Amino acid sequence: MLIFERSRPGRGATAQAPQSPAEVSSLPERFRRSSRVPLPELSELDVVRHYTRLSQKNFSIDTQFYPLGSCTMKYNPRACNSLAMLPGFLNRHPLAPASHSQGFLACMYELQEMLTDVTGMKGGVSLTPMAGAQGEFAGVAMIRAYHDARKDTARTEILVPDAAHGTNPATATMCGYTVREIPTDDSGDVDMAALEEALGPHTAGIMLTNPSTLGVFERRIKEIADRVHKAGGLLYYDGANLNAILGKVRPGDMGFDVIHMNLHKTFSTPHGGGGPGAGAVGVSERLRPFMPIPVVAREDGGRYRWLTEKDLPQSIGRLSAFAGNAGVLLRAYVYMRMLGRAGMSRVADFSTLNANYVMARLREKGFELAFPERRATHEFIVTLKRLAKETEVTAMDVAKRLLDYDFHAPTTYFPLLVPECLLIEPTETESKETLDAFVDAMAQILEEARTSPDKVKGAPYTQPNRRFDEVRAARELDVAWRPGTGVGEEAREGRAG
Amino acid sequence: MPFIPHTETDIKDMLAAIGVNGIEDLFDEIPSALRSGDLKQVPEAQSEMEVTRLMHERAARDQVALNFIGAGAYEHHIPAAVWQIATRGEFYSAYTPYQAEASQGTLQLVYEYQTMMTGLTGMDVSNASLYDGASALAEAVLMSVRANRKAKARRILMPLSVNPVYRSVTRAIVGGQGIELVDVPFDAKTGRVDPAALKAFEGEDITALVIPQPNFFGVLEEVDALTDWAHAQGAQVIGVVNPVSLALLNPPGEWGDKGADIVAGEGQPLGAPLSSGGPYFGFMCCRKEHVRQMPGRIVGRTVDADGRPGFVLTLQAREQHIRRSKATSNICTNQGLVVTAATIHMALLGPEGLERVAGHCHANTHALVERLKPLGIVPAFSGEAFHEIAFRLDRPVRPVLAAMAEQGVLGGYPLGEDFPELDDLLLVCATETKTEADLDRYAEVMKAALAAG
Repeated sequence: MLIFERSRPGRGATAQAPQSPAEVSSLPERFRRSSRVPLPELSELDVVRHYTRLSQKNFSIDTQFYPLGSCTMKYNPRACNSLAMLPGFLNRHPLAPASHSQGFLACMYELQEMLTDVTGMKGGVSLTPMAGAQGEFAGVAMIRAYHDARKDTARTEILVPDAAHGTNPATATMCGYTVREIPTDDSGDVDMAALEEALGPHTAGIMLTNPSTLGVFERRIKEIADRVHKAGGLLYYDGANLNAILGKVRPGDMGFDVIHMNLHKTFSTPHGGGGPGAGAVGVSERLRPFMPIPVVAREDGGRYRWLTEKDLPQSIGRLSAFAGNAGVLLRAYVYMRMLGRAGMSRVADFSTLNANYVMARLREKGFELAFPERRATHEFIVTLKRLAKETEVTAMDVAKRLLDYDFHAPTTYFPLLVPECLLIEPTETESKETLDAFVDAMAQILEEARTSPDKVKGAPYTQPNRRFDEVRAARELDVAWRPGTGVGEEAREGRAG
Repeated sequence: MPFIPHTETDIKDMLAAIGVNGIEDLFDEIPSALRSGDLKQVPEAQSEMEVTRLMHERAARDQVALNFIGAGAYEHHIPAAVWQIATRGEFYSAYTPYQAEASQGTLQLVYEYQTMMTGLTGMDVSNASLYDGASALAEAVLMSVRANRKAKARRILMPLSVNPVYRSVTRAIVGGQGIELVDVPFDAKTGRVDPAALKAFEGEDITALVIPQPNFFGVLEEVDALTDWAHAQGAQVIGVVNPVSLALLNPPGEWGDKGADIVAGEGQPLGAPLSSGGPYFGFMCCRKEHVRQMPGRIVGRTVDADGRPGFVLTLQAREQHIRRSKATSNICTNQGLVVTAATIHMALLGPEGLERVAGHCHANTHALVERLKPLGIVPAFSGEAFHEIAFRLDRPVRPVLAAMAEQGVLGGYPLGEDFPELDDLLLVCATETKTEADLDRYAEVMKAALAAG
């Protein structure tokens, strides 16, 4: 049932609002709305129960194993949340003067320093981008600003491997570049001959993810960096997979000029049902003048202040109204302090151990790996191409059936160049028992696919809904409720079990 | 090991299953010359107890004074239930609802959110949110360039009465795409878009006019006349609105004869704490005919294989993971958790509660006008205001604000930061959170600051 169907005229959560209406006669009639806002009228209990019940229809890290490749669904420590929500942080107005902000600014400064250290980006870090995609935007905009500042304006092209996240080419376009795709060779590395052919005086830069979205480490990264730099281009590092190499190898040492980090992945801030994220960017020394503002500086005497347009006049500018997703940044800060120096490389150690373990176990159960000769990084790819041909059971069917076994599905059909793929990322916070149970479920589904494929193709059976008619959703667009079109009690209120 | 559950036995068994001797062997594809040395800036680990103490000390240093700053972020009471429910693990630690059958909680909530936002703005459709108000305006500008097929010039009229940071963020985001943002001056007397300045653009090729309501000075623009003017020029109207104000103000969908085409704004006043500037959320609504040009995620209602209703992400063919370099935007996420809070917040307040909040904001700010009159401080503009007013002092504002801050009152935002010629103007907001005593205190501290100066 929708919240609107629970509404009754005249009901209300009166303790939550001012006790009486206010005098607003000074507001001229021509500016006033003629009808009331159509919000539901409910008691506090109505609202609390409705949304508590809705929450129970979600899979989440706190309730299920969530091996969604490329998303790093690791445990989000509760202390990060409660400490970021202390009243001193929560009630601080973003434009409060520095004299009333030293506690917050100290956290932000130290976070910048820690991220600079773990990424090896010697020009420093700006925390302001509000998500990975905005971090990408900041990065490519800096590449553009760098070339523009040198009057090197013939560089109009950004190279992107065909395995890249969709955000990479979309970002390059937003920054006014044309995109050229670079193919991948059979072992999952960048095709060097194709790269060489693509490079030239029109090359502004290349966007790379390492480990790549194929779940393998790009072994010739140094050679790629040298060739791109020789052609006059810059290297952008997409930090989506930083979890795999934290404390092991740094993007700065690989030769990257600019990177973004997904703090909601590697540094365990919550995914929140699709955000908010945080996409901090790190730069080499030559890109420092172009960093997005504001950035926190520490002055002699230990006081902190914001650097703005006045300090960084060549900056690409501001990307958010204030200073990014501050509350998310505080959560990442607390997480890094609890992990500490030794904890950084442990993240890479155990996320890699877990991925290689699940990979070995699934291979033993008869699953086909996309890159059987390679090490898994923190994730790896299974391809169900052969299974689909033999049984018509697809990667999507296996994903849906996993929900019946109470596991969230891995990422499906990404990267696009591996047919019928599942991208599996267990993360370091999962125990061996959980991984074993997942492997058993996968094996069971493989067996079902061979003996009763229709059962798998019809999954899921245990969720609030069966599979949806997505074509109808797009064709008969219904994106906002209007009176008289409720879902009523038809929708199952819980899982049928 | 913090947050890692492996026992010695687990590690031994797992390595044996993989067929390697140690964890380090798993990194043998990384060239050894590239391997990191020791970290220097990351301190040794702290326990939860230690880091709790550290964060309490830091937060206490920022324990905020009585706050009268608005300028794009507004202090409102947030019911206790809002964040208690939003931070339930099932909402907090889920991701984008890629598996719709296992994400009906988030999906239905977003559908309810979209419905509430269309009700507030009077528009047909809403997306699932964008990052914040400033970046939402940038996306709205890009959207109107795609959606207004009559206009060829990629030219946006951007009044100087639009929040200066929104203007600068828009410049940073759309700058690479050859879009021209043209300043439109305001009338120094009313604080509104100057109608005479607009006249100069008549007959020109314009993609859209941005209309802020209320504008950055807190003043209400003549939205009906502006909307009709823009449409007569073949331009679209992008409304930038404060969602709380819409409990009282005419919604953008009803501006002028035809209403706004795209509406964007900052969602923070709907249940997001000030929190040093984020996370907030940007909202965006539009007319149905433009929905395929809208960026960001959209949730739609459909039926499942058994004919039962339910919710899915829809119109994904606009998005980067399908369209790649031809997508409507590179945006990948929304601000899901904050939208969760906002939806619960709106459901709790309801129409009456939100109207009371908006009404008390308006009344308190106007009550402050009365308190300041005896000090010789009056509003700088003649245009009517919603809940924020620019006052003119007889001297530069910044030293006065510094003196007030020392007394524990954050007295407002100095407009000289963005408009050097308005160095004596102070932008002040008194929301429903301010009591009679708070208003008295403001006047008292202001009086003392002026006397000392």
